[in-house]
Amino acid sequence: MSRRRFLIRRFIMLLCSLLVASFVIFGSLYVEAGSPLAALTGGRALPPSSIAVLDARYHLNESFIQQYWYWLSNALHGNLGISIEWRENVTTLMGNLTGTTVGLVAYAALIIVVLGIGLGILAALRPGLLDTSTLVVTAITAALPSFVAAMVLVTVFAVELHWFPALGNGTGLGSDIQHLTMPAIALAVSSLAIVARVTRAAVREEAGKEHVQTAISRGIPMRLILRRHILRNAAIPITTITGITIASLIAIDAVVETAFSLNGLGAFLVKAAEDKDLAVVQGISLVLVTAFVVVNMIVDILYAVLDPRVSLGTTAQ
Amino acid sequence: MTAIALRRHRSTKLRHSFAVLRRSFALLRQTGPAGIVSAAVVAVATFVAIFGPWLAPYNTELPDTQLAFVGPFGGHLLGLDFEGRDVLSRLLAGAQSSMVGPLAVVVISLGLGVALAVTTAWRRGFTDASISAGLDILFAFPGILLAVLATAVFGPGLVAASIALSISYVPYVARVLRGAALKERGQPYVAALEVQGASGPSICLRHIVPNMMPLIVAQATIMFGWAMVDLAAISFLGLGVQAPAPNWGVMISENEVGVLQGYPLPCLAAGACVVLVVIAFNILGERLFERATAR
Amino acid sequence: MSALLTVENLTVQLPAGGSLRTVLADVSLSIAPGEALGLVGESGSGKSMTARAIDRLLPPGAQASGSIVFRNQNVLDTTPAELRRYRADVAMIFQDPRAHTNPVRRIGDFMTEALRSRGVPQAEALERAVETLEQVGVSRAHAVARQYPHELSGGMLQRVMIGAALLTSPKLLLADEPTTALDVTIQAEVMAILDELRRSLGLAMLFITHDLELAAAICDRTAVMYAGQIVETRASSSLHSDPLHPYTAALSAARPDVTRTLPRLRAIPGRPLSAFEAPSGSCAFAPRCSHASPECLANMPDLISLDGGMTRCVRAAELRGQLEAPDA
Repeated sequence: MSRRRFLIRRFIMLLCSLLVASFVIFGSLYVEAGSPLAALTGGRALPPSSIAVLDARYHLNESFIQQYWYWLSNALHGNLGISIEWRENVTTLMGNLTGTTVGLVAYAALIIVVLGIGLGILAALRPGLLDTSTLVVTAITAALPSFVAAMVLVTVFAVELHWFPALGNGTGLGSDIQHLTMPAIALAVSSLAIVARVTRAAVREEAGKEHVQTAISRGIPMRLILRRHILRNAAIPITTITGITIASLIAIDAVVETAFSLNGLGAFLVKAAEDKDLAVVQGISLVLVTAFVVVNMIVDILYAVLDPRVSLGTTAQ
Repeated sequence: MTAIALRRHRSTKLRHSFAVLRRSFALLRQTGPAGIVSAAVVAVATFVAIFGPWLAPYNTELPDTQLAFVGPFGGHLLGLDFEGRDVLSRLLAGAQSSMVGPLAVVVISLGLGVALAVTTAWRRGFTDASISAGLDILFAFPGILLAVLATAVFGPGLVAASIALSISYVPYVARVLRGAALKERGQPYVAALEVQGASGPSICLRHIVPNMMPLIVAQATIMFGWAMVDLAAISFLGLGVQAPAPNWGVMISENEVGVLQGYPLPCLAAGACVVLVVIAFNILGERLFERATAR
Repeated sequence: MSALLTVENLTVQLPAGGSLRTVLADVSLSIAPGEALGLVGESGSGKSMTARAIDRLLPPGAQASGSIVFRNQNVLDTTPAELRRYRADVAMIFQDPRAHTNPVRRIGDFMTEALRSRGVPQAEALERAVETLEQVGVSRAHAVARQYPHELSGGMLQRVMIGAALLTSPKLLLADEPTTALDVTIQAEVMAILDELRRSLGLAMLFITHDLELAAAICDRTAVMYAGQIVETRASSSLHSDPLHPYTAALSAARPDVTRTLPRLRAIPGRPLSAFEAPSGSCAFAPRCSHASPECLANMPDLISLDGGMTRCVRAAELRGQLEAPDA
């Protein structure tokens, strides 16, 4: 199967994933016995006028599929409904928070790429103290869940050393970065371990491959061999694991935002789940799942770009 | 059966069980020192999970806010938490809810995963392609998000979260086990059994699945670690086990104020419990996995 | 005419579990310009390791002693610049072309890399690569240059490998079992290309194989290795009819011959040894040799000259003519 067909097929799978996900998210309204109305109001008592508004907005008198269709087309136009708790457009509420979440995930992704891949490459190419210490450190941090890491970081760096503020968002760009640093580290820490290990293993393996011997036997300088053969080939599994890890950050980010009391989409999602504010939960879930699926698809595309042997429906996972 | 035959039958079964036990210990010894230590930690954790509430020396739920965050003293090895309760007792009692959830997740997702893997491997062709494609599509839902959605709909609690998490793990499990199932399917003994007239389901249940057992057990062990982390996270968020019930994830969340005020012990102690048990399961699982795939 | 390559007393030890293991013991050989020397042995004999030592491709931690001299230059002790020039003069082709080519790079890239890293401009390098591809019998060379290794067959890929090796105009080609991994019909084609190119370019070659007859067919002289040592060096034409070492004779006799039927195959009893398994104070082949005498077990035999060849058998002179030849 040519690369183009592979990419088209992958894109179609992306759309199917999103469709199924949106269906599940929407269908959650109906899962509990009782009417979707009860789910939407989250058990609150509302005046009849409000109920009429809900009826009209969500087309509650029409069939399931039609309601799904209205909801989906609204969502695609940027209209995600109204929060029952805050009486505001979900989209508006989310808009203010997106910056924090995107910044946090990007910051953590940067740490993972620079530290994780960097350490992995160094450990692979220089056996010795650096290698062993990297292995030990990654073994420990691999099992460190983000919320535990968060507590450790706050204890050491905020309370004891006063290097960073413990909680909350910042007020300007510089202050933002300061406030987001510990959360980003907490978010990145357990993923860092696996990226570093996979990088180290991949580079080690490539360095031992026979085609590297061929290049050496032809007198090609080592730095060229490193760049064009070892790292270039190792980039395939490294990109895959980094991409998958960054995608998973999207889910863990809710935990870190809660731990650090940040105003992000994740923290808002959790609060809405507690409040049974379903419109918000649906809206944020839809956005996060879309981001997750899109990142995974980018990983698959990169994999196809980097490896010319890719064929027949293989995905990077 | 006559009395003599019955006694002989029972003693054979007893000897058989001992043989299995001995083989398991031999297997364990082969996993190296790290494997043995991890297995010990797992065993201790399981023991505490079962007997924790009885082992706890002090009351785990009676608050006494006057004594909040008092450091270790007297019989309180780890001090008191944010509501004046003994931290050690709550940790011991909390082991139960911290580990029973992951157990359920592992059982459900493995059950479904094995069933799907074996079915796709057995039927191959269209069934395989469609189920695999379906599972690929399901990869869309990260576990924690699905659990949050479930708790928003069904209300917070361990049950909703565990089931949601199980469902999100199934695509991964099915994919990993599908390879092994396909390999078993291709073995000559399966063809031999088919020729003899054995039915598909019976071959799968009585031969293919038992032969996949080492891999299934290894996968279960590794997944237990992940499930523990995910469920602790959900309880930390307040959507899993609810306070004031003892649970490690809950304890980390409710004692966060202590960290900010300079009393990190209750919070970090609970965190340490989670981390230690997860590391043990990870190491043990990895060793078992290496052994299962080495053949 | 002085030799192009002279190897003298080459001993190579590899690290294994904390200690050093000998894999080559006192190997000596020489190759004249334009000459093809076959190097024959079974697994563990050290033939591949010899080629790697010559090309300085030994694994990390390996210790090499002795001398390898190429055109009056000591190969084992060079500056980096000298080493680069040496690698242009000596090219190596390997057994499994698929493993030895980078799967994510195109054929053209693979072939021209050595030239480009030495300053040859891209376009010129590619032209030379295409020419060379045609020389090795690859049609539609331009199209092939744009393909990836996984799109070519094993035989094609080996031709590409040979072509790539020739691009730096080497004087010596080290061929490590280049046809072993190929189908028999393709083997013959590749061997024909190698042979013809070698003659037309005046290339010297060290041809490594486990097949005594193959070596004798295209090489002027053949050396036989056992347990990390050279046990015989002889003109290929005489190797069959008049072997100087019992192992050589046994090797030829052990090969099944399609023209005759035998009641049973003449296998050599026992199994081939590696250098580190062989005793250091006696002939390594003695336990399996049907002509062994007490003298063979007393001392390690030296390489002695005999009738234009070299042999490591103390009884060589007296055994001449009596060693089994296949058509006896």
